[in-house]
Amino acid sequence: MSSDILIEVKDLHKSFGTGKIHALNGISTTISRGEVVCIIGPSGSGKSTFLRCLNLLEKPTSGQIIFEGDDLTDKKVNLNLHRQRMGMVFQQFNLFNNMNIMKNLTCAPMKLKKLSKAAAEAKAMELLNRVGLADRADAYPYQLSGGQKQRVAIVRALCMEPDVMLFDEPTSALDPEMVGEVLDVMKELAAAGMTMVVVTHEMGFAREVAHRVVFLDEGKLLEQGTPQQIFGNPQNERLKSFLAKVL
Amino acid sequence: MFEKLKAEFIFNFIEGDRWKYIVNGLGVTLQVTFFALLLGTVIGVIVASIRSSYDQTKDDLRPGPWKVFLTLLNGLCKLYLTVIRGTPVVVQLLIGYFIIFVSSTNTVLVAVLVFGINSGAYITEIIRGGIMSVDHGQFEAGRSIGFSYLQTMQLIIIPQAFKNVLPSLANEFIALLKETAVCGYIGLMDLTKGGDVIRGRTFSAFMPLFAVALIYLLLVIIFSKLVGILERRLRRNEQ
Repeated sequence: MSSDILIEVKDLHKSFGTGKIHALNGISTTISRGEVVCIIGPSGSGKSTFLRCLNLLEKPTSGQIIFEGDDLTDKKVNLNLHRQRMGMVFQQFNLFNNMNIMKNLTCAPMKLKKLSKAAAEAKAMELLNRVGLADRADAYPYQLSGGQKQRVAIVRALCMEPDVMLFDEPTSALDPEMVGEVLDVMKELAAAGMTMVVVTHEMGFAREVAHRVVFLDEGKLLEQGTPQQIFGNPQNERLKSFLAKVL
Repeated sequence: MFEKLKAEFIFNFIEGDRWKYIVNGLGVTLQVTFFALLLGTVIGVIVASIRSSYDQTKDDLRPGPWKVFLTLLNGLCKLYLTVIRGTPVVVQLLIGYFIIFVSSTNTVLVAVLVFGINSGAYITEIIRGGIMSVDHGQFEAGRSIGFSYLQTMQLIIIPQAFKNVLPSLANEFIALLKETAVCGYIGLMDLTKGGDVIRGRTFSAFMPLFAVALIYLLLVIIFSKLVGILERRLRRNEQ
C-alpha cells in the first residue's frame, strides 16, 4: 500500500433542512491509493452521507473534498469529469431499468469516454465474465436476482475504469444467500489493488479485507485503525458498545 | 326501413357532393389535432423540464444569475399552467382568433396554436408526473457515473418517464381530438362543422351527426389500438 493520497477530506460538515439535523460534524481523513477503507457505525451515524459527499451526490455544507488534487467543492471544478473516475455502487443497485445489461455497461464508456461500441462491449464482456454473468448480457435488470444486479452494478462502475470505488451498503438489500457472491467480487477487487471506500454492516468483510476501519457516530469520526485495532482493541466507549451489539 | 336509410344517406352525402364536407372536415380536424399535439408535446417537454429541474435543484443552486433566471422561468411556467388550465378552451380559441392573432388569415394555424398551447399545459403536468414517477436512484446512478443533468434526463429518466405516461398521453390526445370540435366557433370547417353544415342544408339531423360521431369513434378506437401495441412493446423490459 503506497502512501499516495487519493482523496483528502477536510473538516466536512453536512446539515439537512434548515440546519437542525447535523449529519456530519467536521470529519477529516485521507484515503490513499490502493487502500480499502471500511466505514462502520450505527444507523443514522452519517456513514452513507459521508460516502455520498465524496462524489458530491450530497453537497457538503462546508469543508473540502480534495480528489486527485482538485477540490470538488470548488464551483469551478467540472464535477462530471471527476465522477467518471469515482465508481459508485448503491444499496438499491440502481441499474438503468430501460436498458439491458450490456447497454447498462457500455452507455457511459461510449458517451463519456468516446469508446467505440466494439471496445466498450469487449471490455464489458471481459468484466461480466469475471463476475460470472457473461450469459446475462442481453437480460434486463428485472430479470436478475439481487445478487446478480449488484454484481452488474459493480461491473458498470468498473467499465469506467475508476480510480476509486465507493460502496454504499452494497449488501444490505440482498437476501442472505446472495451476500456472499457480492462480497466475493469485492474481495477480488480489493486483492487487485482497487481503492475502495465501503460503508458496510458486514463486520466479517471489514475485518478480512479492510486496511483501515473507520468508526462514525453522530456525524463524528470517533476512531479509526487497522481491523486488528478496531475489532481487537477498541478504545472509544461508543465503539465498544457498538461492537458488543453487532459482533 | 333499409330503403329509407339508403335514401337518407344518398340525400345527405351523395347529392351535391355533400360528402366532401365530411372528408374535408376530417382533414382539417386531423391536421389541427396532429400539429396541436406536436406543438403541445414540445411545449410540454420544455415546460416540464424547467419545472422539474427547478424543483430538483433549487435547494442546491448557489445564488447568482442562473438561479434568478431559473426561478423567473419557473414562475412564468407556473403562470402559464394556471391561466391555460383555468380558462375554457373555447374562450381561449375566441381570444386567439379575435384578439391575439386577429391579423392572421390562416384560421387552421390559429386553431393549431391555440390548441397546441392549451394541450401543452396538460402535457406538461403529465410529463412532470412521469419524471417524478421514476425512482430517484436512477437519477443518482446516472449522475454518479459522470453523466450531466441533461444526459441523465435524456438517456435514463425520460425514456422511463415516457413509458409511464403513455396511457395519460394517449388520453390527452383523445381529449384533444374531440376538443377540436369547437373549431367551428372561429369559422373553421372541421369535421363537426362539416356535419353541421350538411344538417343545415338538408334539414336532416340524424345522418350527418351520427356519421360525424361514428368517425370520431373510429379514430379513437384505431388510435387506442395503436397505443396498446406501442405500450406492449415498451413493456418488454419490465416486470
